[in-house]
Amino acid sequence: MLSHVRKQDVLLVRLTGELDQCSASGIRRDLDALLSDPRVRHLVIDMEGMPFMDSSGLGVILGRYRALSLRGGTVSLMHLSPQVRRVYDLSGMARIIPVIGEKEAQP
Amino acid sequence: MKTLNHMRLEFDARPENESFARVAVSAFAVPFNPTMDVLSDIRTAVSEAVTNAIVHAYREMGGVIALEAELREDGVLSLTVSDTGCGIPDIDQAMQPFYTTQPEKERSGMGFSVMQSFMDTVQVESEVGRGTSVRMEKLVRARGN
Repeated sequence: MLSHVRKQDVLLVRLTGELDQCSASGIRRDLDALLSDPRVRHLVIDMEGMPFMDSSGLGVILGRYRALSLRGGTVSLMHLSPQVRRVYDLSGMARIIPVIGEKEAQP
Repeated sequence: MKTLNHMRLEFDARPENESFARVAVSAFAVPFNPTMDVLSDIRTAVSEAVTNAIVHAYREMGGVIALEAELREDGVLSLTVSDTGCGIPDIDQAMQPFYTTQPEKERSGMGFSVMQSFMDTVQVESEVGRGTSVRMEKLVRARGN
């Protein structure tokens, strides 16, 4: 499940539920539909409503980063639960997809 | 070491059973009063092992996954996730971080790394054409509690 708001070239997406291999395909499809809007260059994923993620989620996040990088955009994350943060930190992906705070996320 | 409780579940290798496996193992471990962090670690590792069976062992074509759990007197939870799928030709390679046979499907290749990081021990046995068994252990109750 996700909801979104766009302001200029920033798309803020709020995810809810659990992100595993089962839910990944639907979330991937929904995100790609939103990112097909050429005005979007920067994606902020708010994970406050998603307390659980396994490594399937890493693939989803990295895939969207690759797509947006091609148009000079960025991806960032916010509100990671301790469990999500542990999986994310293990991947080392924070070097290219940062975890940001509320102020930085304002579209 | 004496076993205090044991369970064995078999379920179809379907994605919707990933969450079922997480919940089942969490409920089984509860009598040891694990912390939320420990429960979260176990849930994550189970999710990875079951996902591996679905997408790699059975290549999303279906099959049966067996999940066995033991609570031991020493406070350790032992989990074994087994399949009768295609098997792993090179276990050392498969366990390398970011190694995946399906990069086109946006697999991260971090499944075994997550299991190793979140559990105390992870042992993998596999035979090509026969299947794979992943055995993981974690101390869920501090000694003396």
